[in-house]
Amino acid sequence: MNEIWMQILVIVGVLLGTVTIAAGLIYVERKMLAVWQQRSGPNRVGPFGIFQVLADMVKIFFKEDWIPPFVDKKIFIIAPTIIMLSILMSFAIVPFAPGIVIADLNIGLLFFLAMSSLGAYTIVLAGWASNNKYSLLGGMRGAAQLISYEVFMGLSLMGVVIQVGSFNMTDIVNAQKGMWFVVPQFVGFVTFLIAGIAETHRLPFDLPESESELIAGFHSEYSGMKFGMFFVGEYLGITLVSCMITILFFGGWLGPSFLPPIVWFLIKMFAFILFFILLRASLARPRYDQLMGFGWKLLLPLTLLNVLITGAVVLSNA
Amino acid sequence: MEDLVDIEQEIRVKFPEAIVYVQPTRDVFPTYWISKDYIIPVLGFLKTAPGLQFKFLYDLSAIDEQARQNRGDQPESRFTVFYHLLSFSRNQFLRLKVACPEEKPSVPTATTVWQNANWYEREAYDMFGINFEGHPLLRRILMPQYWEGHPLQKAHPARATEMGQFKMPEDRMLVEQDILQFKPEEWGLSSHGNNNEDFMFLNLGPQHPGTHGVLRLVLQMDGESIVNIVPDIGFHHRGAEKMGERQSWHTYIPYTDRVEYLSGVMNNFPYVMAVEQMGGIEVPDRAKVIRIMLSELFRISSHLVWYGTFAQDLGMMTPVFLMFYDRERLFTIIEAICGDRMHPNWFRIGGVAQDLPNGWEDLVRDFLKYMPGRLNEYDKMIMKNRLFKARTKGIGVYNTEEAIEWGVTGAGLRATGLEWDFRKKQPYSGFDQFEFDVPIAVNGDCYDRSLVRIEEMRQSLRIIQQCVDNMPPGPYKSHHPLTTPPDKKHTMYDIETLINHFVNVSWGPVLPPDESYFGVESSKGHNGYYLVSDGSTMSYRTRIRTPSFPHIQFVPYYSKGYTIADLMAILGSVDFVLSDLDR
Repeated sequence: MNEIWMQILVIVGVLLGTVTIAAGLIYVERKMLAVWQQRSGPNRVGPFGIFQVLADMVKIFFKEDWIPPFVDKKIFIIAPTIIMLSILMSFAIVPFAPGIVIADLNIGLLFFLAMSSLGAYTIVLAGWASNNKYSLLGGMRGAAQLISYEVFMGLSLMGVVIQVGSFNMTDIVNAQKGMWFVVPQFVGFVTFLIAGIAETHRLPFDLPESESELIAGFHSEYSGMKFGMFFVGEYLGITLVSCMITILFFGGWLGPSFLPPIVWFLIKMFAFILFFILLRASLARPRYDQLMGFGWKLLLPLTLLNVLITGAVVLSNA
Repeated sequence: MEDLVDIEQEIRVKFPEAIVYVQPTRDVFPTYWISKDYIIPVLGFLKTAPGLQFKFLYDLSAIDEQARQNRGDQPESRFTVFYHLLSFSRNQFLRLKVACPEEKPSVPTATTVWQNANWYEREAYDMFGINFEGHPLLRRILMPQYWEGHPLQKAHPARATEMGQFKMPEDRMLVEQDILQFKPEEWGLSSHGNNNEDFMFLNLGPQHPGTHGVLRLVLQMDGESIVNIVPDIGFHHRGAEKMGERQSWHTYIPYTDRVEYLSGVMNNFPYVMAVEQMGGIEVPDRAKVIRIMLSELFRISSHLVWYGTFAQDLGMMTPVFLMFYDRERLFTIIEAICGDRMHPNWFRIGGVAQDLPNGWEDLVRDFLKYMPGRLNEYDKMIMKNRLFKARTKGIGVYNTEEAIEWGVTGAGLRATGLEWDFRKKQPYSGFDQFEFDVPIAVNGDCYDRSLVRIEEMRQSLRIIQQCVDNMPPGPYKSHHPLTTPPDKKHTMYDIETLINHFVNVSWGPVLPPDESYFGVESSKGHNGYYLVSDGSTMSYRTRIRTPSFPHIQFVPYYSKGYTIADLMAILGSVDFVLSDLDR
């Protein structure tokens, strides 16, 4: 009985925790961007503007939920929920600390890849259902981008899998007790990081939205909480990718024992979240064909080479 | 003066009956009235003849002569079409005029000689109702298609109160909305390609984050690549030229501020100089240097806006905030000197509004110390960024020939390798006394246009430094009786100055009947005012030649084949302002 309660506690905790972090990121991002851009950022609501998140949420919940008359209504409504669902599902396999994991699947990594692939549907369906040329262009770009970056996102993790010999996330963390995988799997880390940014379509990979060209791309027609779903979905995505990088390459909860494991995990995760925000503040957006060329011509061969070399080394050691 | 004889003789030798009248004007432009039958051959001859080489159609518009007083012995005319040409090899402007005595004016089109005559003629048609025979697509350009009448005709009302009550019943609304629909056939575009592929027509603007204002471009697209572009302009048209005809010479100055709202006093500059040229007013040295300093400060301010928004068009988020911070510092200086920030309305006929305030040197010197470091930082952040280079190098390329054919001035022209800056070539307001370089680049792509502008900011800092170090003492406005507002020192002591003061302040100055043109190297290109006076307190015709108009007309020509993302880079690198485009 106790175990079931424990399980429910973990599920609720993870759900609330991740959504809270994602919402909190609205404030963190706005404040950090402001710091890097020589301005104040939110500073009106509460001390240092920390209640800005609440104000933003109140605003977005009370906005008119407008569905334009020309859209494909059912798909238009379904599309934003997919991204929320698929990313929240992915959190099920994330081990935050020993024991704090919802489902310790033996194919955890595959589950993550499968769920992140589903995210592509959001963009395609939203872009198509909006019945707007800009949305369609955004949706097309998004589909092409996600499919091509999906390919080597999976491949970039295979080096880790070969070294550990398991898809289980807890096993992967435990295998890093000697050395974090970022050292032997540096190429895998870099390619996964890039694929992760592309997966969350954040700048410089925000081509599905690219506001200076496509207004808001696939979510041009969305407003209110439907838009909010995309918005929170994006932050959830950042959180998820940061979690995955922490687990796969930076030893998850492992760290000197003066801090509890969960704290180590959160510290690492937030470092990557900040890195994501810093990227947004500093880089330009490549053109669509440049992005595809970069993916297929440079990153894909690189990941394949990484898998090949890792495999050879593991075989020769065996 | 020998040049003048030369052109006239060349034309007279080739076309003995072409020149009807040689009009003396206050500006240095030779002005010839050409018979309508000869205008196109003469234009073609002037463009190509060796030794003349008037390759650049600088401006084309018209004058409604209906109500004009004191025309002197100019030929009889109801509408006069004028052509301003520029020769780079001779460094000279030329004005040709064609008289149309009839009520329904019609002249042959110049589009056969210059491609950029297209929009100018559409504008003249829109504003005056002049028919250009043989024009490929003569339709309204600035006013909406349903507009009745031609606004710059003298009979057309200028004030809303003269127009009757405005009503928008539903049927009229539907008609007007229908006119805004894009029908490709009207523009001679096809919905299908040669291989029976379908084109997509994408309506970009008038509300779009990438167009920096109310510019509407309709893109004919094959996938994401652009087949053709149809610009639809006029959403920002405020009738600045018409207002010139109902404001006194003095009270029109605030309107000029708003013609190109990023460059502030740089718009006052050509206007007041054109008026001063007409009135024969000599401006004191201190006023000249103050004017130069202020206009260079505004050049930096305008370029900073361009720099930041250009980077933002390419997806960089941070630069625009940093540059607006710098611009804020600039505005602090401008505010201290002029009392206002974006539209200081600070130049006056015969000088400037006030003397410089105490402590201005420290403000400017601080800025001069601060700015170069920031510019170097931006170079590292933007110009050396590999993504930025990938997005701008080799994008939107045109060469000098094409630039001249389409009427490009400013950084867009210098980026093609032609070193042509009016501050150097035809120095005004004492620019010949300053040391500065004219930056050029060679490739004529988006990246090179950026390089030129960034270097221009450094040169502007140099000029400002020289202004601070050598600010001459003396009066800040001229003692000439036409100076407005007049010098008040003697008004209480002798009756003549008192009368002059009273008349100048209550009616405004009266300028002699004459014509005057003046242009300056503005931040966006060459900006000029062509003023016609018929001896009254108001301008008879105010023609504003703005750089953005030809620049945007040129965009479709060299944007074909690129993608939407590239188009944003191209639009950003053009550095246009909608108020400057539509006036």
